[in-house]
Amino acid sequence: MEKFQTLRSGVVPLPIENVDTDQIIPARFLKATTREGFGANLFADWRYTADGQPKPDFVLNDARYQGHKILLAGKNFGCGSSREHAAWALYDAGFRVVISSYFADIFRGNALNTGLLPLQVSDEVLQGLFEVVDQDPQAALMVDLQTQTLTVPGWAEVIHFELDPYKKECLINGYDDIDFLISQEAAITAFEQQRSWVF
Amino acid sequence: MAKTLFDKIWDAHVVREVAGGLTVFYIDRHLIHEVTSPQAFDELTARGLTLRRTEQIVATADHNVPTRHQDQPIQDPLSRSQVDKLTENCAKFGVELYGLGHQYQGIVHVIGPELGITQPGLTMVCGDSHTSTHGAFGTIAFGIGTSQVTQVMASQCLLLDKPKRMRITLDGDLRPGVTAKDLILYVISQLGTGGATGYFVEYAGSAIRGLSMEGRMTVCNMSIEMGARGGLIAPDATTFEYVKGRRFAPQGENWDRAVAYWQTLYSDEDAVFDAELQFDASAIQPMITYGTNPGMGIPLSASIPVLNGGSEATSFDKSLRYMGFQPGESLLGKEINYVFIGSCTNSRIEDLRTVAAYVRGKQKAAHVEAIIVPGSKQVEQQAIAEGLDKVLAEAGFELREPGCSACLAMNDDKIPAGAYCVSTSNRNFEGRQGPGARTLLASPLVAAITAVEGRLVDITQYLN
Repeated sequence: MEKFQTLRSGVVPLPIENVDTDQIIPARFLKATTREGFGANLFADWRYTADGQPKPDFVLNDARYQGHKILLAGKNFGCGSSREHAAWALYDAGFRVVISSYFADIFRGNALNTGLLPLQVSDEVLQGLFEVVDQDPQAALMVDLQTQTLTVPGWAEVIHFELDPYKKECLINGYDDIDFLISQEAAITAFEQQRSWVF
Repeated sequence: MAKTLFDKIWDAHVVREVAGGLTVFYIDRHLIHEVTSPQAFDELTARGLTLRRTEQIVATADHNVPTRHQDQPIQDPLSRSQVDKLTENCAKFGVELYGLGHQYQGIVHVIGPELGITQPGLTMVCGDSHTSTHGAFGTIAFGIGTSQVTQVMASQCLLLDKPKRMRITLDGDLRPGVTAKDLILYVISQLGTGGATGYFVEYAGSAIRGLSMEGRMTVCNMSIEMGARGGLIAPDATTFEYVKGRRFAPQGENWDRAVAYWQTLYSDEDAVFDAELQFDASAIQPMITYGTNPGMGIPLSASIPVLNGGSEATSFDKSLRYMGFQPGESLLGKEINYVFIGSCTNSRIEDLRTVAAYVRGKQKAAHVEAIIVPGSKQVEQQAIAEGLDKVLAEAGFELREPGCSACLAMNDDKIPAGAYCVSTSNRNFEGRQGPGARTLLASPLVAAITAVEGRLVDITQYLN
């Protein structure tokens, strides 16, 4: 997993609530057996017509937002299927942060395991961010993981965001859970000796 | 100290707590399938790791398999390669595989219970969000991502924060025509698609106790559709009766020991939940969804709500535009083109029996295409043994071979753009059943009646 420390980037606004993982990456694109290449089909049915042409009214096809690495989305982002391919597709398409006012549980975990930061803010802050981007599509936000702050141009105060301290360390250092779990081998083996509920 | 059912099972599976409030959590059973496992096997190999407890993993091919001609090679090269990859990985790592053609093959959440792999008090995971189905047995079962699939393969554990506990109590006698599917569609319509995010839900009350195991599975299956990490129901005599004698169920003396333990799995009387909700089950009516998330459900005979502004307005309008519906309109009389009966929510033998009992001696409407996809080889064989295949065929339904099928349309079973499908599956997301497809979620009974009438009707007028 790549390290994540700070990011300064423009935003791609997607003011839709309950964006499910079937929208992020439709099931018919899940036939690959590797992790790479899902970005091309990110939001495929919103992004392309049936014959594969870009839909001009979808935000990912809007020239003003090209190259931006922060996705700003309505609440309950990533609900539905457990497919980690959704996080891979966002990452593969260049996103490193998704900001929303809350995330579905499985998506949040998958994003963190992919090196994609799910940054949760209040409904009010989210609304304010949509307004900032609406007024200036090039507005660049600054995300600092160490200090857990989001700096917004024109705002007097920085926004603090919460993140589990262990997950924060993982992201900053590019570690994942496997190394940690493997290191627990002795405790796991001892635990297995006393599993009395398996008959 | 008084404990909830969830806490009893959770606490028994804590290997250790680590700094920051996370838990090293032990997983008893791991189910895998072709779509979310290949990258996990590759990751394992790339790190020089292997499976820690091969015997605690069971594999099947379900998401991406055709539902016709399963005895022949898969036509679509990508699907074939994914299924072949599962076969190769299972052979290489020594995992028990119930692949295409195997007598136990089927949807992963159908075969776990029917083989007795799913038992009370266990922890189970699968790279699929509907793993919550197994909670019907008093099991902590939940869906995980592929990175977590790798973690369980390597360590038999996950690093988790403990979810909050919610209890949803449904008391009262069900009205005629109201089924487990209607109960859960109703609950989700009340909580919304994210209303239980962060919670593990226990379902309780007389209406839940009165359900068969298959009905309980339908309820727990859709827990994820309101954002819950999982759902579970305290095991009881109905549970034990279902598990007894199954292929991997405890036998002999072990059975008695198992039941003695399972009988301790309930929420203590004074256990405290982080949230408690109560609903009158006797007021619930046959349900249908009208929008593009499972929280957008109404009684079949009610009208689509009218929303007055708010942050949800944009998404609501987008959803109704996609569905071709208007706020405030009734769905009764809407012509339906497709009926899909299947998925891990409703593809078990009781579902097939419900459909067959209604359509016996009737004919589906001429303009409706009705497909019925059994949840497993065993369900299919049972349906044939009971003669349901003939009843369904005579009514114009097409009985397919087992798989996830048009629930997520990874295979060729797709609903065409713009067409309306009454589906017994679990998700009505945009494009879920094929690009542009319009899904209305309902019970198998509603689906059967819709297929015959060719349009949405107030089913209470049509009950046998």
